[in-house]
Amino acid sequence: MGMKTGLFTTTLLVTAMSVTAAQADTLRLLTWGGYAPDDVIEMFEAETGHTVEVTTSNNEEMIAKLRATNGGGFDLAQPSQDRITSAQEEFGIYKPIDMSRVDAAQFIPSMLEATAGNTTFEGEVYGLPHVWGTSGLVVNTAQAGDVTDYTDLCDESVAGRVSYRLKRPTLIGFAYSMGLDPFAAYDDTEEYTAILDQVEAALIECKANVKTYWDGGDEIKNLLRSGEVVAAMAWDTGGWQLNADDADITFVAPEAGALGWIDTFVLPARGRADDAAYDWINFVMRPEIASMITNTAGNFTAAVDGAVDVSADLKARYEGSFDQAAIDNIKWYPPVPAGLEALEGAALDRINAAN
Amino acid sequence: MTSDKSKLGFYLLLAPLLLWLVVLIILPHIGLFFVSISEKVGVREYETGLGNYAVFFNEPLYWRTFARTAIMSISTTALTLILGFPIAYYIAKMTRGRTKTTLFLMCLIPFWVSELVRTFGWMILLRETGIISNALQSIGLISGPVEFLYNDAAIMVGLVYTSILFMIVPLVTTLDSLDDSMIEAGYDLGGNGVSILREIIIPHAMPGIVSGCIVVFMLSLGNYLTPILLGGKDSLWFTGLIYTQFITRFNWELGSAFGFLLLALSSGIVFLGLKLSRQTLTETMGR
Repeated sequence: MGMKTGLFTTTLLVTAMSVTAAQADTLRLLTWGGYAPDDVIEMFEAETGHTVEVTTSNNEEMIAKLRATNGGGFDLAQPSQDRITSAQEEFGIYKPIDMSRVDAAQFIPSMLEATAGNTTFEGEVYGLPHVWGTSGLVVNTAQAGDVTDYTDLCDESVAGRVSYRLKRPTLIGFAYSMGLDPFAAYDDTEEYTAILDQVEAALIECKANVKTYWDGGDEIKNLLRSGEVVAAMAWDTGGWQLNADDADITFVAPEAGALGWIDTFVLPARGRADDAAYDWINFVMRPEIASMITNTAGNFTAAVDGAVDVSADLKARYEGSFDQAAIDNIKWYPPVPAGLEALEGAALDRINAAN
Repeated sequence: MTSDKSKLGFYLLLAPLLLWLVVLIILPHIGLFFVSISEKVGVREYETGLGNYAVFFNEPLYWRTFARTAIMSISTTALTLILGFPIAYYIAKMTRGRTKTTLFLMCLIPFWVSELVRTFGWMILLRETGIISNALQSIGLISGPVEFLYNDAAIMVGLVYTSILFMIVPLVTTLDSLDDSMIEAGYDLGGNGVSILREIIIPHAMPGIVSGCIVVFMLSLGNYLTPILLGGKDSLWFTGLIYTQFITRFNWELGSAFGFLLLALSSGIVFLGLKLSRQTLTETMGR
């Protein structure tokens, strides 16, 4: 019996300890790789006394993680702005932003406003903009200079030397390249299904051209660096990183328009360190800190003067990929309506299974 | 009094196992089962029903992927057995003392690094600009680079490599227990290598073969990393489908149903395998 009580008290003690350890000043941050560099964390901890625990992830996994705990386990998360309202509607995993605690002057007003509009659910704002970027084409210009649009990936001249992901950005990029407007059809299931059917047929036909569907950022960078793949659909940062090693490879904004995303700050519904979370938001939006994040993540931020200390190389690569017309042509992701993923998923499954 | 004490001891010793089973296996499965029988009808609206299971049987993609996964896992198991048996026999019967330990250790060494690193190792070997392709070009066997990665053969190589240890260990154990004099007696009675293998060695090693096969089959069927990383654009694997349903589709209901179907169907295949090889689970696991 003595042993049993011993076990019981130990369990209690361990539970109690883990509860206190997670409380108070620990900020559990669920974010993307590169968004919380070590030097920024060190400066933040020295200034505020909070400690930061970083978990890196991606959009889908962030939502899945928060869904599994009903919005617990993390104090601040950074999903893309188009994935917030549907997740809130379905799973209720976030809590609204208290704008009085945010230093709004540090945000570029147009981005703050656009993100607020896209992340409003039942009258409350759930997201603040942080890092933005695009996906488009990463091309080895010496070997595949003709690839200037998504559908060019299906051209015979690059057969077997092409890679893209089997995910929703591919569907949307191809749709734009085929002259369709998927974002306008987001709320019209019938029209969206019709668009998906056309894209599905195109992607099945294109399958023979594809070397492999890539999954992770490192995988596609390896494929491009080794020359096994000469043109791919990927993020702008990946292209710019490769450009640093090999001047022939760079990011190309497709004719149909690069797809623009904004990663946000959201508060998980059961986060326990809101103070630390707001402190972090206000800290990283300072121009010099935002520049440090841009230098590690490779993408620019929504901070006013956030490019002040960004390296000249990165600025040059950004300007090389985007002229004003390409910037104006960026297709920004609108909020994804709940249930859209199921339609897209079925199309992607059929593409994957087709021979 | 003593019997009371020994009873308490028995339950205390049993407690970790029971806790493990109940908390980590049975409870999550009950939860998963309830998720799998709830059908989504709208935002935050669910109904109880078997619709998710029906999806599996109505959509050819899903059951074909399962069949593909099962067939490839069975082939992997057979290949692992064919490759593992001679190695196990050599370790158990042809070597003594230090050599034996060394050989056994050599089988173990690859498992000191994680599965992810091992799989990346295979990617470095097999890719178009990889070591094998380059080596074959430099000795003049092929004229241009050849892609060995991103196909089903690459998956099989990876799976066999990942699971061969789990075949060798039970085989060595059972073969160790076979008295050498039995083999000698077989030769004295006029048997040759083949008949001795068939009449003496394999029947004796059967429990080891069966338990090795069960473990390798289950490991291959439930593997996620190797098929995803080494497989190509047509290489669907059932665990990959489950992951997609849970993570990218937010469809936990269908994912849970797939999980249960994987459990049921794989248990069915193992049961069938035991029946065909005329072994029982108690005999296999009891040795």
